[in-house]
Parts: sequence; structure tokens; C-alpha cells
Amino acid sequence: MEANPSVSSGRSGLTHAEPLIIERSAPGRCGHSLPASFGHPETASADIPSACLRSQPAALPEVDEMTVVRHFTRLSAWNHSIDSGMYPLGSCTMKYNPRINEALARLPSFSDLHPYLPASHCQGALQLMWELAQYLAEIAGFAEVTLAPAAGAHGEWTGMKMIRAYHRAQGNPRRRVLVPDTAHGTNPASSKLCGYNVVEIKSGPEGILQPEAVAQVMDDSVAAIMITNPNTLGLFESGIGDIADIVHAQGGLVYCDGANLNSMMGVARPGDMDIDVLQFNLHKTFATPHGGGGPGSGPVGVCAKLVPFLPIPRVAKKEGQYLLEEDHPQSIGRVKSFYGNFAVMLRAYAYIREMGGGGLKQASQMAVLAANYLRAKLEGHYHLPYPSRSLHEVIFSDQNLAETKVSTLDIAKRLLDHGFHPPTIYFPLVVHGALMIEPTETENIETLDEFAAALLAIEQEAQHNPDQVRAAPQRTVVGRLDEVKAAREPVLRWPTKD
Amino acid sequence: MNIPGELKYSKEHEWVRVDGTIITLGITDYAQEELGDIVNVELPDEGDEVHREESFGAVESVKASSEFFSPVTGKVTEVNEPLLDAPETLNEDPYDEGWMIKVELSKPAELDDLMDADAYQTYIQEESK
Amino acid sequence: MRYIPHTKRDVERMLEAVGADSVDKLFDSIPERFQLQRDLALPSPLDEEALIRHFNQLADGNCSSAKCGASFLGAGAYWHHIPAAVGQMLLRGEFFTAYTPYQPEASQGTLQAIFEYQSMIAALIGCEVVNASMYDGATAAAEALLMALRAQRKRKRILLGRAVHPEHRAVCQTYLSETPAALESIPFTTAGLTDLDALAQALDETVAAVLIQQPNALGNIEDLETIGRLVHEAGALLVVSVLEPVSLGLLEAPGKLGADVVTGEGMGLGSGLNFGGPGLGLFGTQQKFAWQMPGRLVGQTTDEQERTGYVLTMATREQHIRRARATSNICTNEGLCALAAAIHLSLLGKTGFAELARTNAANARELCRRLDELPGVQRKFSAPFFNEFVVQIEGDVPQKLHQMAQSGIIGGLALEKFYPELSNCLLLCATEMNTLDQVERLVAALES
Repeated sequence: MEANPSVSSGRSGLTHAEPLIIERSAPGRCGHSLPASFGHPETASADIPSACLRSQPAALPEVDEMTVVRHFTRLSAWNHSIDSGMYPLGSCTMKYNPRINEALARLPSFSDLHPYLPASHCQGALQLMWELAQYLAEIAGFAEVTLAPAAGAHGEWTGMKMIRAYHRAQGNPRRRVLVPDTAHGTNPASSKLCGYNVVEIKSGPEGILQPEAVAQVMDDSVAAIMITNPNTLGLFESGIGDIADIVHAQGGLVYCDGANLNSMMGVARPGDMDIDVLQFNLHKTFATPHGGGGPGSGPVGVCAKLVPFLPIPRVAKKEGQYLLEEDHPQSIGRVKSFYGNFAVMLRAYAYIREMGGGGLKQASQMAVLAANYLRAKLEGHYHLPYPSRSLHEVIFSDQNLAETKVSTLDIAKRLLDHGFHPPTIYFPLVVHGALMIEPTETENIETLDEFAAALLAIEQEAQHNPDQVRAAPQRTVVGRLDEVKAAREPVLRWPTKD
Repeated sequence: MNIPGELKYSKEHEWVRVDGTIITLGITDYAQEELGDIVNVELPDEGDEVHREESFGAVESVKASSEFFSPVTGKVTEVNEPLLDAPETLNEDPYDEGWMIKVELSKPAELDDLMDADAYQTYIQEESK
Repeated sequence: MRYIPHTKRDVERMLEAVGADSVDKLFDSIPERFQLQRDLALPSPLDEEALIRHFNQLADGNCSSAKCGASFLGAGAYWHHIPAAVGQMLLRGEFFTAYTPYQPEASQGTLQAIFEYQSMIAALIGCEVVNASMYDGATAAAEALLMALRAQRKRKRILLGRAVHPEHRAVCQTYLSETPAALESIPFTTAGLTDLDALAQALDETVAAVLIQQPNALGNIEDLETIGRLVHEAGALLVVSVLEPVSLGLLEAPGKLGADVVTGEGMGLGSGLNFGGPGLGLFGTQQKFAWQMPGRLVGQTTDEQERTGYVLTMATREQHIRRARATSNICTNEGLCALAAAIHLSLLGKTGFAELARTNAANARELCRRLDELPGVQRKFSAPFFNEFVVQIEGDVPQKLHQMAQSGIIGGLALEKFYPELSNCLLLCATEMNTLDQVERLVAALES
């Protein structure tokens, strides 16, 4: 297939210039209609000391409703999104976000539900949470699941807190956590927040962790190993059984970052691999929207011996009634207000109910097939640093283009001109100039072909017309932005008059 | 590459100017060039202890944060406060306006392990091979 | 399966290209003993219509604020009207199906919207720098305390007002439990405000930060100016958490009254209740602490042609660069909730937001006045409040609440669970969503 920016997807429509909304403001305009108060307006602040009252109203814009709608519609047109085109960010699992889930999340019986209603008045919500926790426990093979964490990193931290609480209950919280060099940055950061020193372990020449490397540093000062399986190179950590044995033999625990669970549903379960704790990323594996970076949801599954340490409150079912329990003396405590990101859980629940066990397995199978298909198409044109079997994602590098001086960043920017969001770049850190491609199961073969064709065209451009690649992107609303200026002279809000 | 002859150098690409038991510490021209456009600097407070081979601060470009490890042990007597607001000085004038901290040495013998300008020149040539 | 496009023919073509004879073959790097030898035990798949029916059944078990007829629950989650335009705009896939704006050229919509959010929240809370990264009000407060400990490295005590929402205090406790910091509680007075004498006594050069809530968890308005003076005299940092963001339409911006960090729960700005989540953690501070902040920041800059654009900036603070040395492990950019807040605040605007706050305060005062007139019902605290307040009632509070709930009146929150000494007290809230009719039904129910 011919790939040329002028015919690739995603390059159409008018692009409007649009200023900051404050620049559209004119005194006296407004975009709201408020109910009148039944209390007397003049009583509103009479009893409040004047020092506590605003001396002047906050400088919000003054605009009519259509101006607001038009403003944000125009901004939206400047975004690439899954809805606009393929978004193959590795380790982010940018799959289609089903529309029925959006409709269900907007049912007022859920969206207007107050978290402090008596349990008798929110049985539907509690049932949904209880069942979702059961489903996740079954999918990943754990004894119990907490839904409280608000995001993947929050889940990591919650999991590590439980590990620490467990060790403390054994008499010694221990000092160190082992983290492979392929891990996401959140892993060491979450460990640190739990008071642990991080020991980095180098992965082996084949891109996976070698049990001997773990054995070398493992002792009784190590609380846990934090492993990502499959790892960020898209490879299954096939030594996981031996690694778990080595860690467990010294009393340590095995944490698994579940970022890449989309490769394994219905095929294999982390809990069956002697993994003790895992966080789910509902916004990845279970198709809830990424929302421009959030909100996510990061439930955590644990093996039986960690159940006493789960955060509170926990959703329980007793005599056919659902309720929230707080009386768990060994719990790590509260990790968030209320019960977690319910509206995200709801969408994941709807996704699982629509897919069923067979559908989830098919999703994982097709995600892995799609990644391998892209790999087959691109291998030989881009450098493949780790040739072992890929699962849900494949990592290439810019090494074969070194002579052209075209870098991974240039390739990424040029992909924008071809109408595709680039893959994750420069990660994992063990690959110099990494391009980390995760197509997911929801892109059809024609789109996969177009994406591969675009990357092949860029490779040709790099060989024959490298300047064009280095000058990309040309077809976006702005070109490459001056990030040094942004950091040295930070402008983090619009100018104020007061 | 500017490598002033009167300074001493560490393998971490720091320079040291010795003045009795007080030294002035900064990063070399080579270091600033390797780091690229510097956008943020973190320094210890006056009065803090620094220890040899332990981190005393960080220098950051847009996409990287590099820790710097002290070549000496001692107490911080002065900090280049203006640098915190003008980190680009490290790019523009690493040996003068871009100095980072002054340290009162508690183990002056540690200076013996530093390189002179010639040795440092050779060192970076080796390293960039 | 409607979310998976691959036909049998597609699968064959792809397998052929890959050089594998079956899909199972692709998983041969997973040792056989770890492969699941059975089907997942999950309910059978539902078609769209059956899924809707199932959700309607679940919904029947819920009594939402609109459905139950009269709800006076607040306590950290406030029921506010969300203009239809907010909901409609959030459904634009260009926004909600995008990810963190790692490629700025393809994410100017999200980036400019967050820049506008940062600007509007900065104006509301009186801070120079605002992020859009925190999960909720409680975790934002905890992150603020961690930041204060970084900025005040030699100080190890943290003072928490006991009038701070108990769940927020609990979350701070969990977050800080592995730091050397000691958390101490500052009591509240019989007026329902932080005890300033106790605060003054606890403050000294070992205190890194003080966390106060405005309005506090009892609904009352704290004297932030005095608190700020006391805290700063001791060289500590003041963190003010805004429990109800609509109060900012009426009350002075905490940043202008001495708060060094302002956090808060922004759920009320366009996100809705959603059984308590997602929240939107507000987080702002002054420029001098910017490099100590957790979370993503959007900054304005230009491209090669001098066109204005926006990027994620000052990123070296973050986990993907600093890893274990990061200011926080946070990776989230609470994008969609921040977008909702930006649209919501744009619609309400300068006058509308102030008017909304006045409506809330006026309605709550009317509710309070009518309850106060009832025999056996009495206002518990004398301090001024915003849109919620505490009353003391005679008789068995849980039973009373239960009885009212049976007839669709959610008569506030029994405070005993959070404050054992307030065993006969209710926390009641009125917003613009309540009506006079609802107030009358509550009054009638409490009378009987």
C-alpha cells in the first residue's frame, strides 16, 4: 500500500486559530442559567467576617454558552485520539473505548449517587463493585481485589504498602526492593514512597530477567521484587517461576506490574505464576477511556496471605446484602477518599460483561497477533534489538538509521504527518532510541497495513531525504515546540490583571 | 573544550578550585555540553554536610536529571543562589558565574585523588571513545 | 465480537505473515505450566440491549440524589448542577479517547485546555502555579504534606486540624506513614473551628507544615489569616485544603490569606458525584516551590515559526525521568476531570460562579434557620458556615435517619462515626439543587 501524507488518514478538516478563552471574555456575558435561591440572597454572607470574603470575584472568563462550546470544540480538533486514528503507544494499551459504556456511566442512578448514602440506598453500586472485584480476581488469579486505587501508580504504591505491612507483621519491614532496568519509572518511585531503597537489576542479553541475577542480590533485607510481566520489551519473563522461588525462599514477595495484562487474559494468570500482588490498569486492559491522562483506576489483586492488609473500606456481601467494611485492624488504611474511581470501574465492569471470558481471551490473542504482524512487516527495515517472541508489543530502534542522522524523535514526529500517533519513544531505557509499538486488538488489518506502510515510507525518506523527516511535523497545528524556553521561563497560566 | 589549567577535576566531570581549606565546586564545560540546555539546578543548603561520592545536587535538562556526586567531604559554606534562578549560567559560564557551592574540607587529602587539567583532558578523550 | 475486527481470513493472513501456524503458537514463550487450561469463570457475554437491562436492574438498587427526592448529604461530595454543555463536550472522542499529551504537536487541545484550567484554578485559589494531576482532595493534601517535608528538610512534624475531613486525615496518615514525619492532631473549639491556642502551642521550629480545611469538615469557615500568621511565625508552611470548591465563589482565595499550598476536591466543578469517584485533586502553590511540586505541569511556549503552543514542562521532577528520586510516583494527569472543570468554570464565568456560591450559602442559611426553629433541634456550632452545618437533635439519630430514608429523605450525615463526641449530631448541606419543598419535607419529618 502506498503511504503518502496527502492520502493517509487523519489529515482533513479546517483547522481554526483559537485564542485562550479568557481572550474571548467580555464583561457582562455569561454562559449559565442558575436557579434562584429560596434563601434570601442578602443573608448569604452577612454573618461571614469580611476578611474571609473575596475582595473581588475570581477572574474567570465571561463568555456565552456557544462561545464555550465552539472554543472547546476547536481545541478538541487539535488532538489526536483513538477515535481519530491509530494510537499505538507501547505499554499504554490504547484500545477502542466502547460507546455503550459511556451511556451507562451517565445513567443518573450512578452518576448522581452520593458516596455516603446508607448501604440500603446504593445496593446497585456496591453489587457492581463486589462483582467487578470477583471478575478481576478470576481473570488474574488472586484471592481478593481492592478497587480503591485511583490509577496504576496508585495501585503500585498500595501494593507495596501492603507488602511492607506484611513484612512488618512478620517483625521486620525490610529495606530493599528489586526492580529490573526495564521497569516503568513509577515502580521505583512507588517503592521509594513506601520507604524502600531501590536496587536495579540488569536484564539479560535476551531482554528478560535472569534468575541468577536475582539470586545474586536476593537476601533477607529484600522485601520484594517488582517485575512487569510481560515486560516492557513485550517479552514474557519466562524465568518467573524460578525467580518467584528464589524470592520466596528468602521470605520476599513478588509484585507484578499489571500494565501489560492485555497480552494474557484467558491465556495465563499472574496469580498462577506465584505472583503475590498485581495492579490492574482498568484504563488499559479494560477499555476505559484514558481521558487525556486520567482519571484511571488501579485495582490491586493479592494472594491469600496479604488479604488482611487490604485498604479500607472493603466491599463485602453478607446474607444477600452488599456493604462496606472498615473493621480490619491490619489494613494499611485508607488510600483515597470514598471507594475509588467508581465511574471508571463501572465502564470496566460493562466491558467485561459484554466481552465474557471468551471475548477477553480473544482480545488478548488478537492483540498479540496484531503486534507480531506489525513486527513481521517492519523487521528488516527497522532494527529489532530483542528478537525473542513478542507478545502484545514490539520494540524497534533507530539504530539502522544512525548514518542518516534521523532519530527516533524524528520518526515519531514524521508519523504525525502520516496521520498516526507515534509509538512510545525512548522507553524502555535499555534500548537506545526505542520505538515501542502496541497496536492492540481493536485496529483492523487494513489500518495495521497503513501504519506499517507509513513507517516503511519514513524509513525510505530517512535514507533519501532525511531533512524532510527531521523537519517534521509539517501538518500539525504547531511545529516542534521550544521545550527549553518552556522550562527556563515557565509560563504556567494566562496573564492576570490583579 | 575549555579546561582551565589552574583547576582540579573529578571523574564525575566536576571542577574544584582550591583556596586553603575552602574549595569551590562546579561542573566542567564538557559536562554542560553533554547535558545540553540546562533548565534547573538543585543545590544543598548552606551548612549542609557533603560526603565524598554522595549526591550533593542535580542538574537538569528538559528530559534528563543528572545527579552530581561530591568529590570531597566537608561542610557547605556558600551556595551560588543566583544560579537557582538562572540555570542557563551553567551552559554559558561553567567555570566562573556558574560555580555551584563552596565547601570547607574536612579531609583535604581527598584532593590528591583529583586530576589536573592534562589528566582530565586525556580522561575525557578516553571516555568519549 | 464488535470490538474486535479480525475475521477468520484476517487471522489467517496475519498468521501467514508472522509464520505461525496457530494463534496458540504465539504464546509459546509462556511455560506450559503457567498456561490456563480452562475457560475463565465469568458470566456469559451480554449483547448491548441485555447489558442495558442489566444496568437498569442494578440502578434500581440505587437511590441517586435526584431519585430519592430530598438529599442533604454533603460532607466532601457536593451535589451541583452540571450544565448540559459540559457533558456534551466531554463526549467528544478527541478529548476522552486521547492519552497524556506526550506528543505536544498532536495534543494541543488537551494541553491548551489544561493550561486554561491551571489559569482558572490559580485565580480561584490565589496561587501562582497549579497542576492537574492529583486523584482527589485527600491525596492532593497528602502530596502537599510530602512536598512541605521536601521543602523543609530539617523539620519533621506535621500538624493536622481535627476539623479536616476524617477520610482526608486518614489518607494523609497512610501516605506519610513511611516518612520520618510525626502527625499530630489540633483539636477544634466548641465553636467548631480549629483551636488557635492549641495550634500556637504546638507550633515551633520542628513543624514542617500545618493542614487546615476551608470550609472545614463541620462546614465552618476558618480564620485563615490568623492561622497563616501563626504558622509563618514558626517558619512552617500552611496547606489549606478546599473541601467544597464552590465556596471559592464567596470566600477569599486561600493563597491570598497566607496559604503556601492550596489543595482541594474539585469533583464539584463539572465531574459530579459518581459514588465518590473520580475526584479531581486541586493543587496549587507559589512559584518558589514549583520545582518541588508533584504531577504534570503545562507551560506556554512557541514553535520555530513563533506560533504559540503548549507543552508538558518541568518534567524532570517526575517519575519517568527521576524514577526513585521523583517528587511523586504520580503518572496521572487528571485530564478529563480538569477539562470538565475548565468548561464548567467557563460557562459559569466570573459572575455566575460568585452567584452560585451566594445561592448555596443563602439556601443553607434558610435550611439552618428553619431547623433551628424546631423544638429538639439546635445548631451545634456558632461559627459562620458556607453551605453545610451541624445540628444536634434529640433521640436516636441513626433510627431517625433510617426512618427518613424510608420516605426518600436523606437527612444529612450522622457525625458519630467521624467524631464520637458528636453522637447526636447531623451534618446537613444545601446547594442550588435543593428546593424549598424539600426543606419543608425535611422539617416535617424531623418534627414528627
